[in-house]
Order: sequence, then structure tokens, then C-alpha cells
Amino acid sequence: MSVILAKNLTKIYQETAVPVKALNNLSLEVTEGEFTAVVGPSGCGKTTLLNVLGGLDSPTEGTVELAGTDITQMKESKLIDFRLRNIGFVFQAYNLIPVLTTLENIEFIMLLQKVDKATRNKRSLELMREMGIEDKASKRPSQLSGGQQQRVAVARALASKPKFILADEPTANLDSVSTANLLDIMAKLNREEKATFVFSTHDQRVIDKARRVVTLEDGAIVSDEIRQ
Amino acid sequence: MYLKLAWRNIWRNKRRSIITIVSITFAVLLACTMRSMQLGSYERMIENSARFFTGYIQVHQNGFWDDRMVDNSMSEDAELIQLIEQTEGVEVAVPRVESFALASYGMKTKGAMVLGIDPEKEDQLTLVKSKMIEGEYLKPDDKAVLVAEGLAEYLKVGIGDSLVLISQGYHGANSAGIYPIKGIMKFNGPIQNDQTVYIPLAESQWFYAMEGRLTSIALVIDKAKHVDRIVTSISNEVDTAQLEVMGWEELMPEIVQGIEVDDVSGRIMLWILYAVIGFGMFGTFLMMTAERMYEFGVMVSIGMRKWAMQVVIILEMGIMSAFGVIAGILISLPALIYFYNNPVFFGGEMGQTIESFGYEAAYFFSVDAVIFYNQAWAIFIMATILGFYPIYVIRKLKPVSAMREA
Ligand SMILES: Nc1ncnc2c1ncn2[C@@H]1O[C@H](COP(=O)(O)OP(=O)(O)OP(=O)(O)O)[C@@H](O)[C@H]1O
Ligand SMILES: [Mg+2]
Repeated sequence: MSVILAKNLTKIYQETAVPVKALNNLSLEVTEGEFTAVVGPSGCGKTTLLNVLGGLDSPTEGTVELAGTDITQMKESKLIDFRLRNIGFVFQAYNLIPVLTTLENIEFIMLLQKVDKATRNKRSLELMREMGIEDKASKRPSQLSGGQQQRVAVARALASKPKFILADEPTANLDSVSTANLLDIMAKLNREEKATFVFSTHDQRVIDKARRVVTLEDGAIVSDEIRQ
Repeated sequence: MYLKLAWRNIWRNKRRSIITIVSITFAVLLACTMRSMQLGSYERMIENSARFFTGYIQVHQNGFWDDRMVDNSMSEDAELIQLIEQTEGVEVAVPRVESFALASYGMKTKGAMVLGIDPEKEDQLTLVKSKMIEGEYLKPDDKAVLVAEGLAEYLKVGIGDSLVLISQGYHGANSAGIYPIKGIMKFNGPIQNDQTVYIPLAESQWFYAMEGRLTSIALVIDKAKHVDRIVTSISNEVDTAQLEVMGWEELMPEIVQGIEVDDVSGRIMLWILYAVIGFGMFGTFLMMTAERMYEFGVMVSIGMRKWAMQVVIILEMGIMSAFGVIAGILISLPALIYFYNNPVFFGGEMGQTIESFGYEAAYFFSVDAVIFYNQAWAIFIMATILGFYPIYVIRKLKPVSAMREA
């Protein structure tokens, strides 16, 4: 079943002196359980694509259908709710709410979804164990390393079992050990929890772990490769 | 959870938050103190004049208050006095004969306010007994007078000396009398202290040639704030074609006006103070919003509704303001209660200088609840207005640009 169905996406940034066409008539389908990397040179439109797919930004043209729902015309408050219930986000850095602990950050989305406390706790503990951060439960983000912070961010994104997770260069700020570590965890969650991941990167070692690689150039897909 | 977020956000930048809270505390403290002194001086003025002089309410002949001559007197009517005393809220109706006379002794003469009083009732109104500093208090059938200290000093008279009073009585009769001084009283109000002479009611009626007449009936009432109600209910009972019933605001329009003028300047000071504090608060709230744009971006992205974020930041502003206000009130309240009970008197030369201008040489404080909750309101309203800024910013927030620009 497809969780993302994007048709003929075009995104033109008008605010700049010369309008920039960041996405150029791009269509993409992502099905449940994928582990997909969006790659390409800097400025090719990876971030723009992920933002549009996540409903954080609207396309100039084209439609985005997520889990069977067209979000292109959705009102802002509805869209926020839709993201809450269906999409997990991991950003490049500073994902976490600085005043909350690891545990509270992981529980945050479940809390917004009004998941009961027992379930929240069980799920958070389970994820922290899988991520190897159970001893950091009561630490604030500022007391964690970059790699640990990103693991907490992945745990938070995953905690409420979203339809898919969008991660824009989740390893860009990490050293190679942390990068490998995070990717292994993501791959494991993808296998064990059937979590669908779409992430962007230009790190070759990360690309190597992906099972599908979508390559962009100037806002268009130039290759789409599935491997095992 | 919102509360937890707000609370922790406040302590993210401890120093800034504390400075903000402390500045609100100081503003409230300063404002409360300023207002307390101002309202305290008004209360004192009103008390000195109304509570201890005219009474909060007076009943007299129509026109007497505009032209205070014995010719405008009313007849002494026991039924009327009884009727007034039976009105709810009225404790005593104090009959008086009030006029001016020349008081002289030896070579010195001075204009004096000669008040014919019912000694026991008058004491309930003006607490004269407690103002006696020398001699003895009057009895109803005495043919003697009490003299205020300032006047006695000016005339250089003491107990036992004979004071000559000269005036014009009812319907142009000449009045003159010579009275031994039975006691000296000290008033707080310098004007009263310089010109008051008390004489028993019956004797004053003889002196002014107005037997069976009074100039006014002053009322002792249970609470100052009941004035309007009591005035209305007495007015409904008496013949208002003949008599008028006046509350203290009508009795002393000059004081009311003086207070109003003074009050405006006080309020302007307050506004300036609040403007300064308001800018400080705005600075803090501005930074609290601006430095969190990225975080706000993340929060809307992952699905936090905007109203929830607005609630959090408003809570932060509210908690900080409330802390400042509560601290300000908690500090000022006991201090002001202390000063309310122990007014600050100026002694020595400074005190004398102030008294020579006709003021009482003391600071009086008020602990009227209005003072405190007005400051609380002012800060609250300011915080509410300033709160529109973060509400607006969050409303306009676009996650992508919020995260890009930060
Ligand atoms: N808000 C914006 N306003 C104007 N131009 C933008 C905006 N966001 C992105 N662009 C432009 O759109 C193009 C695609 O940008 P995008 O950030 O999607 O690329 P990217 O593949 O994520 O690059 P990188 O690898 O550097 O992160 C670039 O030319 C960029 O300069
Ligand atoms: Mg990018």
C-alpha cells in the first residue's frame, strides 16, 4: 500500500530576486515498509521535497496524497493534526524540546495524541532500550551528545507509530560512528516495527544502507533504484 | 504539561526572568507605596475634616452651608434628632451651633470658630476628650469654654483666664460674653488648632441669641462608605424644602477638588512608571519569543497545535507577571500596614515649616485594598496587551521559514 503518493510536484520559490525552481514536475510513490534515501548534490531540492511531502510547505503545483488523504488543500490546523497522527519528523539537528528530558521528549507526541500514561511509559522504555539510551531518560538534550540527541529524535518520531518517518539529513551533524549507529537503529526499526523511512543524505555510507535510492538533480528525479 | 513547559521555559534564562520578575516587583512596590501615601493623605484630610469636624453627613437649614450665618439656623427639634438617630447606619446625631466670633484677651484679638456643642455627643463625633491636653472637659451647663492650643498660644491665655467673645447673633443681635477657659485642646489639623473655641450648646444659644435653634446636626455613622445611602434615606424622611442633608463630598467641595487635582498627578506618575516597566517586560517577552523560533518550528512540524504553543508562552508571561505582582504586594502590604498604624511624623523645624503651610507634618498611609488590586490589574492588563505579540508571531509562524531563519 502506498503511504506517499506525490504527483507532478513543482515548487518555485518566488521570494528571491530570481525565482528558484526547487522541484520540477516530480512524481514519487512510497509504499509501506520502505527504507528510502533521497540523494543528490547540494541544492538539488531534497529538503524542499521532504518538506512538501511532510505538509510543512505547499507545492506550487501538483498534489500530495498521504495514506490516502490529499493534504494539498488542507487547512493549517487540520494539517498540524494530520502531521501529529501520521508523520514522524527527524530534522538535521535541534529536534528536541530543550526543557524536556529524554523520556519527556519521547513521550511528547504521544502526550499530544492523548495516549494514556501506562502505554506512553511502556512504549518509551521499549524504544529507549532499543536505542541504547535508557540510562539517559532523565537527561536534558543539552546533556546528550549529537548522536544521542538524534536517537532520541528518532525514538520520538517513532513512538506513536506514524505511517512514515521523514528525516532530512539526520546524520549530517554526526561523526561516522554515530552515523553508522543511527542508521543501524533505523534499519532495525524498519525491519522489526515495519517503520517506513524516507531520509535525505549525501553521505555515501548512509546511501549504502538504503534499500531504495532516489536521486534528484535540479528538482527532478534522475534515477530511482531498488536494491537488496 | 503546558504548565510544566511554561515553568521550565521561565527558568531557562534564570537571570533574565529574575530581573523581569524583580522589576515588576519593584514597580508594584513603588506604585503601592506611592498610592498608599497619596490615598492615606486623602483619607487623613477627609477624616480630619469630616470625621473630626463637619461629620460625614450634616443636616441643616437650606442655604446654611452657602452662607454660614446664625440667621440660617434651624429650630432645635427633638423629633427630628430622634428620627435621624433611628436611621439605619446613624449612630449619633450631634446638634451644633456654629459661627464665627472675635476672641480676645488682653491686647490680642483673633477670629475664632465658636462651636456650641453637646459635650457628650460631640465627643462621640470629634473625640474632643482625647484632644484635651490641659484642664477639664465641658459639662452641659458650664458657662466656660475650651480653646484650641494654637489659638491659646496666640492669645497667650491659659486655664482660668477669661476670654472675651464678640460676635453678631440671631437677626442682628449684638452678642458679647466673657468666659473662663476651662481647658485646652490640641487638634491635628493646623487650621482647626488655630481657631477653635468650644462652648456648651445652651450657652452658645444664649450667646448668639438663638434659644431653641441649631445651625446644624452632624452625624456619626457606622461606615464612611454608607454616606450616600444614609443621605438618601434621611432626605426621604425630612422636609427638604426646609432642610438639606449633605454628605461630606458636598460639605467640602474644595477638599474633593483638591484631591482630584492631586490624584491626577499621582496617576500620571503611575502611568510613567508602568510605561517604563512595560518596555522592560516587552523586551523580555520579545526575546522569549524570538529566540525560540526554531523550536516553535519543530513543535508545529511534529504536530503541536498553535493554540497550545500560545497557551504555553502566555502562561510563561502570566506566571512571571503574577510572581512579580505577588512579591510586590507581599513586601509592600506588611510595610504599609505598619506605617498605616504608625504614621511618620516630622518633628523639629521641618515639621513646623510644613505646619506653617497649613499641612499636618506627617505621612499617612492607606491600606485600602483598591491600591493593591489596582496594581495587580495594571500589570495584568499590560501583560495581556504584550501577550498579543507572541500570539501574533505564533499565529503567523510557518515551520519551514521559522526553522530556516533561526
Ligand atoms: N525558502 C527558500 N527561498 C528561496 N530559495 C530556496 C528556499 N529554500 C530553498 N531554496 C532554493 O531551492 C533550491 C533547493 O533547495 P533545498 O534546500 O531543497 O536543497 P537541498 O537538496 O536540501 O540542499 P542541501 O543538500 O544543501 O541541503 C536551492 O537552490 C535553494 O537555494
Ligand atoms: Mg537540505
